[in-house]
Amino acid sequence: MTDLSKIRNFSIVAHIDHGKSTLADRLIQETGTVSQRDMKEQLLDTMDIERERGITIKANTVRLDYLSDDGQDYVLNLIDTPGHVDFAYEVSRSMRAVEGSLLVVDSTQGVEAQTLANVYQAIDADHEIVPILNKIDLPASDCDKVAEQIEDVIGIDASGAIFVSAKTGQGIHQTLEAIISMLPPPLGDSKAPLKAMLVDSWYDAYLGVIVLVRVIDGFLKKGDRVRMMSNNSVHHVEKIGVFRPEMEAVDLLGPGEIGFITASIKQVRDTRVGDTITHEKNGTLVALDGFKPSQPVVFCGLFPIDSSLFEDLRSSIEKLSLNDASFSYEMETSAALGFGFRCGFLGLLHLEVVRDRVEREFDIELITTAPSVIYHIYMRDGEFIELHNPADMPDLTHVDHMEEPRIKATILVPDEYLGDVLKLCQDRRGIQLELTYAGSRAMVVYDLPLNEVVFDFYDRLKSISKGYASFDYQMLEYRTDNLVKLQVLVNEEPVDALSIMVHRDRAEQRGRMMCEKLKDLIPRHMFKIPIQAAIGGRIVARETLAAMRKDVTAKCYGGDVTRKKKLLEKQKAGKKKMRQFGKVNIPQEAFISALKMDN
Amino acid sequence: MVKNWQRAGFGLYIHWPFCQSKCPYCDFNSHVSSNIDHEAWTKAYLSEISKNHHHSSEKILSTVFFGGGTPSLMPSKTIEAIITHILSLWKTSNQLEITLEANPSSIDVSRFKEYKSAGVNRVSIGVQSLDNISLKYLGRLHNGKDAITAVQTAQSIFDRVSFDLIYARQNQTIKDWEKELLSALSLGTNHMSLYQLTIEDGTVFGDRAKIGKLPGLPSEDLSADMYTLTQEIMNNNRLPLYEVSNHAFPGEESRHNLIYWRGGDFIGIGPGAHGRYYEGPKRKATVMAKSPNKWLSQIDEVGHGAEPTTILSKSEEALEYLMMSARLVEGTDLKFLKSLDLNLIKHKNIKGLIELGVILIKNERMILTPKGRPILNSVLSELIS
Repeated sequence: MTDLSKIRNFSIVAHIDHGKSTLADRLIQETGTVSQRDMKEQLLDTMDIERERGITIKANTVRLDYLSDDGQDYVLNLIDTPGHVDFAYEVSRSMRAVEGSLLVVDSTQGVEAQTLANVYQAIDADHEIVPILNKIDLPASDCDKVAEQIEDVIGIDASGAIFVSAKTGQGIHQTLEAIISMLPPPLGDSKAPLKAMLVDSWYDAYLGVIVLVRVIDGFLKKGDRVRMMSNNSVHHVEKIGVFRPEMEAVDLLGPGEIGFITASIKQVRDTRVGDTITHEKNGTLVALDGFKPSQPVVFCGLFPIDSSLFEDLRSSIEKLSLNDASFSYEMETSAALGFGFRCGFLGLLHLEVVRDRVEREFDIELITTAPSVIYHIYMRDGEFIELHNPADMPDLTHVDHMEEPRIKATILVPDEYLGDVLKLCQDRRGIQLELTYAGSRAMVVYDLPLNEVVFDFYDRLKSISKGYASFDYQMLEYRTDNLVKLQVLVNEEPVDALSIMVHRDRAEQRGRMMCEKLKDLIPRHMFKIPIQAAIGGRIVARETLAAMRKDVTAKCYGGDVTRKKKLLEKQKAGKKKMRQFGKVNIPQEAFISALKMDN
Repeated sequence: MVKNWQRAGFGLYIHWPFCQSKCPYCDFNSHVSSNIDHEAWTKAYLSEISKNHHHSSEKILSTVFFGGGTPSLMPSKTIEAIITHILSLWKTSNQLEITLEANPSSIDVSRFKEYKSAGVNRVSIGVQSLDNISLKYLGRLHNGKDAITAVQTAQSIFDRVSFDLIYARQNQTIKDWEKELLSALSLGTNHMSLYQLTIEDGTVFGDRAKIGKLPGLPSEDLSADMYTLTQEIMNNNRLPLYEVSNHAFPGEESRHNLIYWRGGDFIGIGPGAHGRYYEGPKRKATVMAKSPNKWLSQIDEVGHGAEPTTILSKSEEALEYLMMSARLVEGTDLKFLKSLDLNLIKHKNIKGLIELGVILIKNERMILTPKGRPILNSVLSELIS
């Protein structure tokens, strides 16, 4: 074990692209934890999707040995937290596992909404915070302005901010020294019964579930029998170690230390983030506070384009769920799409990540239906229904009232785009709560219905602000509103996968938009196709897709037949990418594109 | 008993792969070369013709077609040697049709008489347009006046003259086309090929279209309207449609092309030329080396210019027959089609398409209706789905 005074545990708080992963890479390099030869970019982000999107989904951790300028050897534990709002609970747990944070702000960009959300989590966890102004090598860098902004917007002292270029390595040494001098060592009692926090967990094909732990009190050793306090399940610790960032076995983990255990756990579901781990016998009586099981908030259907791949989809979803306790799934049958799964996610990014992983890692092309939220339906007969899927909406005449989830959204945006952002929020039924300025940037806080946000709000926000607006949200409450189910009929047949819940005042307009979009998205057929939007039995919008009139190949002589055959085969393959509804083929992208609200 | 090759006849296709310049819309196997060893090429054609005579020596030849490229750039000596050689090898039908594709340039026109004495009895002229600006844009080397001269000269020498026009061009209005077509008709002819401009991959136009630099192409509706108007005008001028893009005074159809569309036998000689023919009960598909230099050197080195021959299964033959015959106004012989493959098209699909009014069945033939013909690709794909 390491002496508590020689340990520093910290996380890095940053907005996407502000250089968190690069800074982590440099710290790893500077302390000699990974040789130059094994160094690759974004060392801690192991999934392809993480590397490609520059985001961290799973908490990663690395233990660094550092000989400080004071001549002492220190152990530094870095937990790289997920940076996205979808994983806010996971972030909060990671934050509780460390005592300090490096707040990385891009000195060419300034503070972003996401930085705010995470830094507040750090403040909530009583962290000492070391501001790092990154990217000082760029000409657009303006450290004074950004330091002022940190003080104004976040309200922390930025006078000790360290100027860093993670790219060139400038300021890395000072950062390491600041970690030693500015962050407090962890507290803990080595004589008390074992109390450890389950920070995160993931599935490894060879080792089973790997559990990331932070020991608070007592010791964790190989061979221990440990108990998860949320469900009293007992496990036998098989391996114990630390990350450098590769796994390295150790004999034990003591107070203040961060490492991993494996214990023949089959499913990530059995390990709940935030849970308290103690010994089976003579364990602690008091669990850590703040534990809560994760709750999906966004739902959508995932269907294989090729319906014969349903079983493959099932097994891929089962495999993914082994490693992701926060995502839920149940089988769904759609008249339009056949068999698939209704899946619940922590948010939109989480949804995209899971969908991308199914498509890439398991090679199954998917139709994703419109994301939906959970509606609370109060029936006239007193029954209460949680509606996850608009297709299951009961007949309106039996419904007394409905509630939908509302969120508090915080948006930071440069002045010049503020007008458009306000309009967007207004269009999405938002209620303005706050509007303040920090320099040339406005911070707006809106009360918004989640169902207006889950779909393309973020994309729209990015596009109207040329990418400068940043956005974060938290759940507010369920609130009654006048909601209806908007149904789409293609060639007189309802396509359940295109049903959405909308506010009654906007139903007609949305219906018109969807019909217009579908008219462009569905290819012409040999007959004309009416496309209608309806509420209950009432048609509120209608478009007609004209019949196909011309597609013949002009020339076809002796030698051309070989090529023509290929064309015919290509046409056949193209049809496979579409789903047939009655006599109409609808291309897969239509299910998402039809709902987008960009004009 | 009627032999299998007799059902739709037997023809010979000669491919000359060279052009003076490459047109931006053309995806045919054509090449620009200033250095052609005509003696070597003549020798190669003669030797390939002899080689292919062996498997079809008992057949009666009814057509020869010189296509390209620009076969009217062949020295008339070469054409004459090829025709003489063919006539020495095969028995021919009484009305042997020998067609040559020609460009309206003055060089070509000056040779028309020589071609006639070599045995050519039908020419097909690549007029493409009568509008000078459009011709430039299509990359053609002639102008409208050249085209008219070429057609008139040809008509004074040959009984059978056809010419091609390309329409549905960039920024062409339906009025423009009507005017152009009527003035082309005033030249008087018994056969015309009217092609809507198609943008093919691997052509200059195809590359431009990919990067969005080919604006002004007609919408589906406009090109459909142009097609309908074309039928009207051509009917009024007694040149009705007999294939998707081909019009003829009845009896003046291209007999050679009918062999393709009726699933007949043809031998293809020259770089990239395809062939289809019966050898006994087997239907063979042949193709020759595509590159002109490779074709020539391969003949020299291994004694033939062909790629490995494939034998078509009955269902492949059926599919090819369907794809080709459906282009014809006379339609598809369903009895013949079923004799090849009973399961290629399902009764249910035929029924559905009849209900949509895109096909009809008459005397055991399946015929595309005027509504169905312009959407032939979709009809075919539906038929075999």
